[in-house]
Amino acid sequence: MIKKVISLPAADALIDKLKNIHGDLMFFQSGGCCDGSAPMCYVLGEFKISDNDVLLGEIAGCPFYIAHNQYEYWKHTQLIIDVVKGRGAGFSLEAPEGYRFLTRSKLFTDEALIALNIRSRN
Amino acid sequence: MVYANPGDSGSKMTYKPKYENYIGGKWVAPVKGMYFENVSPVNGKVFTEIARSTAEDIELALDAAHAAKTEWGTTSPTARAAVLHAIADKMEQNIELLAVAETWDNGKPIRETMAADIPLAIDHFRYFAACIRTQEGTLSDHGGGTVAYHYHEPLGVVGQIIPWNFPILMAVWKLAPAIAAGNCVVIKPAEQTPASILVLMELLEGIVPPGVINVVNGFGIEAGKPLASNKRIAKIAFTGETTTGRLIAQYASENLIPVTLELGGKSPNLFFDDVFAKDDDFADKALEGFTLFAFNQGEVCTCPSRALIQEGIYDDFMSKAIARTEKITKGNPLDPTTMLGAQASNDQLEKIMSYMDIGLQEGAKILTGGNRLELGGDLSGGYYVEPTIFEGNNSMRIFQEEIFGPVVAVTKFTDRNHALEIANDTLYGLGAGLWTRDGQTAYKLVRAIQAGRVWTNCYHLYPAHAAFGGYKSSGIGRENHKMMLDHYQQTKNLLVSYDAKALGFY
Repeated sequence: MIKKVISLPAADALIDKLKNIHGDLMFFQSGGCCDGSAPMCYVLGEFKISDNDVLLGEIAGCPFYIAHNQYEYWKHTQLIIDVVKGRGAGFSLEAPEGYRFLTRSKLFTDEALIALNIRSRN
Repeated sequence: MVYANPGDSGSKMTYKPKYENYIGGKWVAPVKGMYFENVSPVNGKVFTEIARSTAEDIELALDAAHAAKTEWGTTSPTARAAVLHAIADKMEQNIELLAVAETWDNGKPIRETMAADIPLAIDHFRYFAACIRTQEGTLSDHGGGTVAYHYHEPLGVVGQIIPWNFPILMAVWKLAPAIAAGNCVVIKPAEQTPASILVLMELLEGIVPPGVINVVNGFGIEAGKPLASNKRIAKIAFTGETTTGRLIAQYASENLIPVTLELGGKSPNLFFDDVFAKDDDFADKALEGFTLFAFNQGEVCTCPSRALIQEGIYDDFMSKAIARTEKITKGNPLDPTTMLGAQASNDQLEKIMSYMDIGLQEGAKILTGGNRLELGGDLSGGYYVEPTIFEGNNSMRIFQEEIFGPVVAVTKFTDRNHALEIANDTLYGLGAGLWTRDGQTAYKLVRAIQAGRVWTNCYHLYPAHAAFGGYKSSGIGRENHKMMLDHYQQTKNLLVSYDAKALGFY
């Protein structure tokens, strides 16, 4: 099955470490300035999900959301969650660990877009 | 003359090896005794340690702010304005020291800190000194001897969380109106750039009364959240990205307090054919206006990161714009001839490079740049990126997301309507730029563009007394203008009857 969001092993390892400290987690893809394109990691339920947010999938067992209007501009790409050295962003949980999650992206093929019902066959 | 690195002989300033929090007019060690290393983006090396604060430190700062709020809030506007002027004077006397400190903490060129960051911060205090000194309440006559008086009163203690792209200036944009209005502040700087504001607070010891400005450093989750969600603040202000903005608004709703948010943009910069009707100063100015995407390494909420060029001049304009961009000098940020310094952090550098990748995947064409810059020598560990021009279309992600690097995405438009359609096809609405010799085109478009600031035949000017803030997902509230006082004041209405007679109802 084609996934809209996946994680790399380094991200999975950091998520496991954070779960041991904080318990169940969730992700929300940010936008805007400064650390805008970073995925934010919170304790599950900390960030209130609205009816207008889109659940992209799960990474390492954690739900991963994006705002509906941002999804419209991003939906032709698969999000690949990686980790780099850094200070984290906003209130994301990984900052004190000296790492931050980073969203890399891959363009979906036409077949994948059709399979995901993002594009019609015509 | 290249400025010496902080701590080297001949330098304008030296950072201490370690900084505590500034609370109640004193330097206070973090309760849990933890510190984190602060890296200069200029060379990627650690240059000081900063308090890694927690909720306990936020509470100490709030204690100090609450202890100071009654006296500061009832200090006359004249006396408060005098304090703001004294701050400005002290900064002006130390402008090179502050500029070097800021460049070292953030990575931006000394040319910018000397010409923009610090002078604008100084002027901001003077502007809000004038605003509070000249602010008046109102009264209205309701007939029959009934009069309504409206007074401005401070909110009390407010929280502020600031970004890393203009560490001192963004702090001052929030501090000056807040303290002018009679509030006491607990401010948390960004963890990427926590140091320069502490150098400023050292200068201001003895000038700002204890407890009026309290600076607590640390990570967002450990220090920012306990501040933003605290029941002892009367308002929270934040500049940053949309998700943290939503989270902060969520906390504010739980405490029923006001919130102001500045959350960035993807600002279009529109160039009409008539810009090149003559080969004159204005055509030259417009080319500079395009190249301003590289200002502050693109780490500006209003970076003109989408350039929309009318088709009639597209080829000519772009060939000149590429040449102009390639003339940008890169190098040591402490060299006054350097135009492009370092990105603020390693993670920022990684993010920018991830957008180079997605831009190419989507079929955008790199017209210049596209690579990480290796400057070598003492700067080899620093975070440098080439000024980059992409050509593509507005549905590409590089046209829709704030890369926050020296990267501009360029496309062409046919006419006014097409230009407007592209300009407004974005989640954000903070800034926009418009370049034309035709006043009618300018007026019609400026009014139709959904953005809080439309620079017309200029860009990246930030004078105090010109309102700054966003439409759409770019935030709530306006900074940089006297209307900002409203965000930091309550309105007290006194409804008074000067008539001795009863109403006659009972």
